[in-house]
Amino acid sequence: MARIHAETHAASAANESDSVMLNTLYGSNIVSMKDLTLPHIQLVLEAAHKLKANPAADLLKNKLIAHCFFEPSTRTRLSFESATLRLGGNVIGFASDESLSVKKGETLQDTIRVISDYADLVIIRHPKEGAARLAAEVSKKPVINAGDGANQHPTQALLDLFTIQECQGRLDGLAIALVGDLKYGRTIHSFAQACMLFDIRLFLVAPDALALPEELCDTLKKVGVRFSFHQSIEEVIPKVDILYMSRIQQERFSEAEYQQLRKQYVLTADMLSTARPNLKVMHPLPRVNEIDTGVDKTPYAHYFEQAANGLYVRQALLALLLNKDFPGNV
Amino acid sequence: MNKTLLVSAIENGTVIDHINAGQALRIIHLLDLRAKKYCVTVGMNLPSKHMSFKDIIKIENLVLKNEQANEVTVFAPEATINIIRNFEVVQKITTTLPPYIENVFDCPNPVCITRTEPVVTFFNIETESKQVNLVCKYCEKKFDRNEVKVKI
Repeated sequence: MARIHAETHAASAANESDSVMLNTLYGSNIVSMKDLTLPHIQLVLEAAHKLKANPAADLLKNKLIAHCFFEPSTRTRLSFESATLRLGGNVIGFASDESLSVKKGETLQDTIRVISDYADLVIIRHPKEGAARLAAEVSKKPVINAGDGANQHPTQALLDLFTIQECQGRLDGLAIALVGDLKYGRTIHSFAQACMLFDIRLFLVAPDALALPEELCDTLKKVGVRFSFHQSIEEVIPKVDILYMSRIQQERFSEAEYQQLRKQYVLTADMLSTARPNLKVMHPLPRVNEIDTGVDKTPYAHYFEQAANGLYVRQALLALLLNKDFPGNV
Repeated sequence: MNKTLLVSAIENGTVIDHINAGQALRIIHLLDLRAKKYCVTVGMNLPSKHMSFKDIIKIENLVLKNEQANEVTVFAPEATINIIRNFEVVQKITTTLPPYIENVFDCPNPVCITRTEPVVTFFNIETESKQVNLVCKYCEKKFDRNEVKVKI
């Protein structure tokens, strides 16, 4: 069992017995998985389950949410927009930095400081690492990190946990393979940090050039997460409950190297013949060719359900950050 | 037998001894001694019983504050820092590695937000056995103390 999990388990058990969950996230920022405790994560997952089962149309009534996307995004931006609108909130914002004053040289700090006067909450995606932390420091309202460079993507990690809990019925005691670009993938970094809070066994499958950053491996080791390194997907498939795929970017390799890696890191339906019956394949999307479309028709494919869950988890976060009394009696 | 000092004694000021070999110039940058026009003598790669090789810095007419002395330990965890008056040691400063260090270093990560925004940089300091690492508060990257450069 991971160390942090063992330490925080008692506290969370006490919370559960109360049946009323205290909203400890009200008014706070969601910048990095590092900042979130196990009770925080459990609160988000409980709230997301509640909202998925019973949609609430007024939790963001009269609230204005600023969606500040300084770089392109499809799923994250649109799921945040639909989460806001479906809870009765309104959206202001932009989907790229093309028409902004930053093009005239305005600092991120000034931009966020002003926007936080207009809105009740700020969602930010930015290509620079640490941009969300800086935004949270200058913003007068809560900030949610929707991705900062290759650093963090905490809302993706939360929706991944939600999806795993939903499809496997638990988070503890699972074996999870992380496959592909473990070095630059921010979703992978956030997810690996989230795994530290649970009893999860990790199989890290990546070419040497794209291995999980050393500092993250050190931290996993320090908190007692069991993990091992592997070179091919096929050797881990029979051992895992979740196969978490990510994209290997062709531009990081020569054509010859890439063609070689493709064989090892592209998942096809026939490779799943040795899979456990409960195995689910996940992917943060967009996929390019790392999951063959033949996998879509198998019972293992779960990436579209995963993307759909983004709506409920982001609804839960918005509702928790802006409503002191939510979720109340769970 | 007469013993002569490799780096000559100072009348008044601060002596930073037992600096890990190769770190003296970083400490001079850290304390901004060149710009402040203090008279500084430096010894590098001097023989040392305990460290094999060490660096030493002697600064005339500057009494280092505790806060500055603690920052020095980021580069020289085993440094001894003595205040000198009339060629005698009048105070030994006890140093502790600070938990964080603010506005001293640039983040080496080229895509860290602090490289393009006017921000006070902030590193949390972590130790693993004798290794001192700095973790940027913003980009969350961890660096060995030899990778970070003092802001100039």
